Amino acid sequence: MVTCLGDMFFPEVGVSVTRLLRRLGVTVEFPQGQTCCGQPMFNSGYHAGAARVAARTVELFRDAEHVVVPSGSCAYMVRHEYPALLRDTPARAEAERLAGRTYELSQFLVRVLGKTRFKASVTGRVTYHDSCHLLRGLRESEAPRTLLRNLDGAELVELPGGDECCGFGGSFSVRLPEVSTQILDKKLRNIEATGAACVVACDSGCLMQMGGGLGRRRSKVRPLHLAELLDGDER
Amino acid sequence: MSDTDLSVPFRQRAGSALGDKHLQEALTIATTKFIGLRREAFGEFPEGERLRDMAREIKEATLQHLDRYVDQLIDSVERLGGHVHYATTPEEARRVVLDIAARTGARLAVKSKSMASEEIHLNEALEAAGVIPIETDLGEYIIQLAHERPSHIIAPAIHKTKGQVADLFAKELGRQVAADPEELTRIARVELRQKFLDADLGITGANFAVADSGTVVLVTNEGNGRMVTSLPRVHVAVMGVEKVVPSMTDLMVFLQILAKSATGQKLSVYTTLVRGPRRAGELEGPDEFHLVLLDNGRIRQIAGPLREALYCLRCGACLNVCPVYRQIGGHAYGYTYPGPIGILLTAMLEGPGSVKDLAHASSLCGACADACPVRIDIPRMLVELRREVDEARIASWTERLAYRLMETILASPTLYRWSKPLARLLQRPFARDGRIRSVPLAFGEWTRTRDLPAVARQTFQERWPELQNPTATPGSSTATGEPCDRSRLAPESGHPRPKPDSRHPLQ
Repeated sequence: MVTCLGDMFFPEVGVSVTRLLRRLGVTVEFPQGQTCCGQPMFNSGYHAGAARVAARTVELFRDAEHVVVPSGSCAYMVRHEYPALLRDTPARAEAERLAGRTYELSQFLVRVLGKTRFKASVTGRVTYHDSCHLLRGLRESEAPRTLLRNLDGAELVELPGGDECCGFGGSFSVRLPEVSTQILDKKLRNIEATGAACVVACDSGCLMQMGGGLGRRRSKVRPLHLAELLDGDER
Repeated sequence: MSDTDLSVPFRQRAGSALGDKHLQEALTIATTKFIGLRREAFGEFPEGERLRDMAREIKEATLQHLDRYVDQLIDSVERLGGHVHYATTPEEARRVVLDIAARTGARLAVKSKSMASEEIHLNEALEAAGVIPIETDLGEYIIQLAHERPSHIIAPAIHKTKGQVADLFAKELGRQVAADPEELTRIARVELRQKFLDADLGITGANFAVADSGTVVLVTNEGNGRMVTSLPRVHVAVMGVEKVVPSMTDLMVFLQILAKSATGQKLSVYTTLVRGPRRAGELEGPDEFHLVLLDNGRIRQIAGPLREALYCLRCGACLNVCPVYRQIGGHAYGYTYPGPIGILLTAMLEGPGSVKDLAHASSLCGACADACPVRIDIPRMLVELRREVDEARIASWTERLAYRLMETILASPTLYRWSKPLARLLQRPFARDGRIRSVPLAFGEWTRTRDLPAVARQTFQERWPELQNPTATPGSSTATGEPCDRSRLAPESGHPRPKPDSRHPLQ
């Protein structure tokens, strides 16, 4: 599942995911007709619309053995919100089946495939931002860190306040842009203080927010999706 | 008392808070300290997680049979010689307290910290009736001097720096006062001592009331709760009806996690257990004891979508960790209870229409739910409130139209596919090097402070046909020639972008 942000704004992430998984011997399929998991509508309270989009998504992935999502919040949406959202619809059973087969990328690599050693696409220090939905939603802080610590070529430095929100929050970022930006500024100061060349995250939303702020300040720090970082030259 | 002006839109209230230097300084210092202390307290307490689960279970079970426990509490308190009053509305609760004051000829009331009394706007009512209320919790004392309202559930003056407090005291006393917390506390203590002795009425809240023993429990750090409950002739405790707990055993579960969540203390300095008025032979305690049980919309929510908000212990942990609260403080929210839990309580007390904007004052980051000692799923209920707002059609028509449009596009792969070339066409005047620095309409809210990535010249879906064949290596032109390459993502010189290779699986 490439996700709407991944599809439109960060296609390289999907390309990296495809390459990574194929190198590990995984057959990668990309069901056509994907749009969005429905999270933007769901989180804003438009649940009828979200259910309509979710039901489509459930149908599209009916035949997949595992569904890998390079975004913690979208994986959370499918795993934890779909079953309740589609409870009173014909898609209910299929939604529950999908929830049980859907993984955020780092979780899939570490916990399903048992793969932890990758070559970094950049060298030097990297720091990691815990995306809220991956950390507190899917309760995952270890899988991405395992991958980052074992990276060949890059060194992980922990980010102070790494578990704090970057201020994205979907529509929150444009409903209360001033608050969102002030939360972001704090995050960016912490990132810059680590001296890392890259800030790594597992969610396109956070990368859009942090990348947008770093770009605006013309910072040297680059936002990088975990998939892009793991996608180094083959050994 | 200055209330937040609710005619000013929430976004603007929040904006003013962001620009308030003193507020920003005070909030950063205090919330950071609270977060660290809480983390430490639970870090040293391995049973903490289990006790949190237990506390939640006790709350759930108690609410199931709240009527029974309330009856039991009333019996217990009356058996001790106390009086219990049930108030459905804030007006009723105020009336009860004013009647007691009038009947007992009270002129001066000392108060220990109570959010329930804030909720019913008791101080103004007392003043109007000729009874002078004196707040005796240091933080409350400060904001009473400043004619403000609490901006935090347990640290009402959290928005003030020590310098501001010193200025406030100096103005009140007509002399210079050093910005030294110890000195400021000493001054307040001296000022308050005589008030305790002179007061006719002692007004408190209650952290808990134990059904089977009739014990009202106050958790404080300054000892003022003891003075307020033992020196005046009459003690009135005002408590939300959901705060009843079945037994002392249950109480112990809560006491072990409350202070840790609130201030990181193992226990608060004082845990005051009050059982009715002074009995024959006792030296201390009031002649009369009254417990006011406040409903104010709570009972209705036992079967409502905000049920879990009734588990709240008022520890304030969710405020301290909330990225929004940490930036804007409590006053911007505009109601008695600020922060994430405050939004839910406001919806409970004032109706969902009151939180049309506040329901969106959260990035749904989940830090609140993680910090909550009874694990209230605040983000889920915020989403629930947003749904209610949608279903009641009280959001603006432009917003509803935008989401309807989003739904139409996302439910149709064809429309979604065609939206991309359209977006590329529309963004052309604004995009440069894959970034958009300024754009009109709603997206302008984003680009005022942040760059927006442009829609890629080739989206992933559009690239899939060439990626589809695993043996056909996408050439370097694909990898590095990504036309909308986010230049800041381009590899540094010397570290060429990885060559895609899919022919040799690692395993």
